[in-house]
Amino acid sequence: MPEQKVVETDYLLLEAPRERKFITGSQAMAEAVKRANVDIAIAYPITPQSETMHLVGDLWAQGYLKDYYRAEEEYGAMSAIAGAVRGGARAFTATSGPGLLRGLEAIASWPGHRIPAVLGVLTRVVNAPLSIQPDNVEISYLMNCGMVVLHAENQQDVFDFTLASFAISEMVDVYLPIAVCTEGFFVTHAKGYVNMTPEDMKLPPRDPYKAPVPPTDCEIPPARIQRDAPVQKSNFMSYLIHQVWQQEVWSSNMRAMKYIYKYLNGPIEVINPDAEVFVAASGCAAAQAREAVRYAQMEGLNVGLLKIKSIVPFPSKEVRETLKNAKAIIVPEHNIVGWLAKEIKANIPNSDNVIGRPRVYGGMTLPVELIMDEIYAALGIKKDKTVLV
Amino acid sequence: MGLEYVKISPGFEKYMPKDYVDLVKYGQFGKQIDVQQIDQIKELVEEHPMCAGCYMAYFVRIFYASLPKPEDTIVLGTAGCARLALSQAAVPFIYGNYGDTNAVASGLKRALSIRFPDKIKDVVVVAGDGGLMDIGFGMTMHSWFRREKFTTIMVDNEVYGNTGGQESGMSPKGVQLKMAPKGKKFDKINAVELAKTAGCVYVAKLAPTNPKRIAKTIKRAILAARELGPTFIHVYTSCNIEYSIPTERVLADAKEREKNDFGFYEWMTDEAKEYLEEQEKKMAEAKT
Ligand SMILES: Cc1ncc(C[n+]2csc(CCOP(=O)(O)OP(=O)(O)O)c2C)c(N)n1
Ligand code: SF4
Ligand SMILES: [Mg+2]
Repeated sequence: MPEQKVVETDYLLLEAPRERKFITGSQAMAEAVKRANVDIAIAYPITPQSETMHLVGDLWAQGYLKDYYRAEEEYGAMSAIAGAVRGGARAFTATSGPGLLRGLEAIASWPGHRIPAVLGVLTRVVNAPLSIQPDNVEISYLMNCGMVVLHAENQQDVFDFTLASFAISEMVDVYLPIAVCTEGFFVTHAKGYVNMTPEDMKLPPRDPYKAPVPPTDCEIPPARIQRDAPVQKSNFMSYLIHQVWQQEVWSSNMRAMKYIYKYLNGPIEVINPDAEVFVAASGCAAAQAREAVRYAQMEGLNVGLLKIKSIVPFPSKEVRETLKNAKAIIVPEHNIVGWLAKEIKANIPNSDNVIGRPRVYGGMTLPVELIMDEIYAALGIKKDKTVLV
Repeated sequence: MGLEYVKISPGFEKYMPKDYVDLVKYGQFGKQIDVQQIDQIKELVEEHPMCAGCYMAYFVRIFYASLPKPEDTIVLGTAGCARLALSQAAVPFIYGNYGDTNAVASGLKRALSIRFPDKIKDVVVVAGDGGLMDIGFGMTMHSWFRREKFTTIMVDNEVYGNTGGQESGMSPKGVQLKMAPKGKKFDKINAVELAKTAGCVYVAKLAPTNPKRIAKTIKRAILAARELGPTFIHVYTSCNIEYSIPTERVLADAKEREKNDFGFYEWMTDEAKEYLEEQEKKMAEAKT
């Protein structure tokens, strides 16, 4: 293990030299953890997450982390993460599909407990019949608990989002958990080019006293979230206390947006802003959408890409602005419910223009041809069969 | 550091609530008190919303008065009656989701060990029979298998008190409770033997009839957990509501149970025995 020196957050995230490596998404997530000055990681295996947490375990064995263990199951893992973070440590874990749902009661209470942890979500089918493939319906279960949810398109995003999330989650005006989601296998087990910061530089350690809710460590008067009897009784005060606390959670969530601008180049990426037809997508679907837009442009069609990186907080204003003149908005997704299409519809005035297709699920690949078919249909182009150039 | 954070900053005494000033002046912080002095000190917990005459509430008072180092103790609780009083004390208290105590405590204790390798930070779980032996069973067991260094105290009222009297794994066989309208079909779980098998270094079982002995047991469990590994105390704390025990009969009931199936029991590893003897000798010397 090389000696690592602590550098300023802004320097590491924005200025430090980068070296290009050809690695998998799992490696990219672990490489980010390596540079994040993490104290403790807690792991429970599930395909396709396991490899990521194996690599993080190796980091501990090499001395990059101070503690690591294999938990009893995900509910225990997510609860222990809460304990470690309340004790003032910087903590990381990752899971997939059924593991995420098993841990969900604990995860969904992290925001209320003001737990700035980073959670890798490496998607996998939930519900029956079983499959271990990368359907991403699980992300929709995370959207209403107050945590920040980012969706990475590729290995580079995985590295950047994960490293930045440690910094963003601990900002005093945010102080919330962040889920870094990406598709299992398509991203975790495939290689891509990743520009990485030097291995011998790491983020400053967590300062648990720079916090809206102090740690519970007998060094500082604790936050008594659950102390007073009113909070525990069904009366007006208990409603009110929960209400104001949750309002603060959601306001803090919105405040993450300025750091998403600062460290991740904003919550969206747009190609061809004046397009007539947009393909709007997140995660792996954005990679396919990017290809479709490239093909369409080669065919001389006026098609644009709207990639959404931040699912929560949702970039309402930016999405509205980008799509304001769009005749059609095609939303390809890797799940059956179409959570992204619903979210976009809920955020724009011209929601009739949203085409919630194509959708693949069960972990199927999302062929570019399917997106092209929607583009042709939206532009009124008749084709017997899609032939790609 | 613990003592520092409970003390009042100079000049602020007159602005702090009287209760808190008294607590710092006449309470347990930084002192070793005898549990029988409980009526002469400002207690860590004074008011609570548990049922009048509840024996579990009494146990919670004794528990706090028994802490070897309250200024460096963190208590974890969960859904269930005890947390209503536990959360009222002048000791940091963590409350997560039902049954998660031993997983949360594992993460917490590890974080504290990373951050303060040379300081004492006692972590104690106090949770119900349902919390520890039903919903949180896996996490309870695994914290013991992993040899996590904290104390678990099960306040066993043999029922889900807080949700209105349903059967728990710790209810005795045959008892008719809600969700067991025909009587419980299986035996009370043998938590003590499980704790021994799972790797606890100190295990005790008691009915709260003798405050001095309770205090000694709690101190031992916390001291052993500090240095050696997981420790467990199984306490009978009757629910006078769900088992219809009139308040004036609560102590008699505890005595009866003590005679029948809750006789005082204490078990520890040789290592724990040696360590505790040494600690207790030191403490006795410090007193004289
Ligand atoms: C996940 C979850 N399931 C169920 C409950 C409801 N619940 C709250 S307290 C409780 C029973 C408590 O029984 P026990 O742990 O024995 O504590 P007691 O109230 O008897 O002291 C239950 C079932 C909950 N809060 N959370
Ligand atoms: S329900 Fe039973 S255990 Fe709970 S506070 Fe009342 S008497 Fe005590
Ligand atoms: Mg009970």
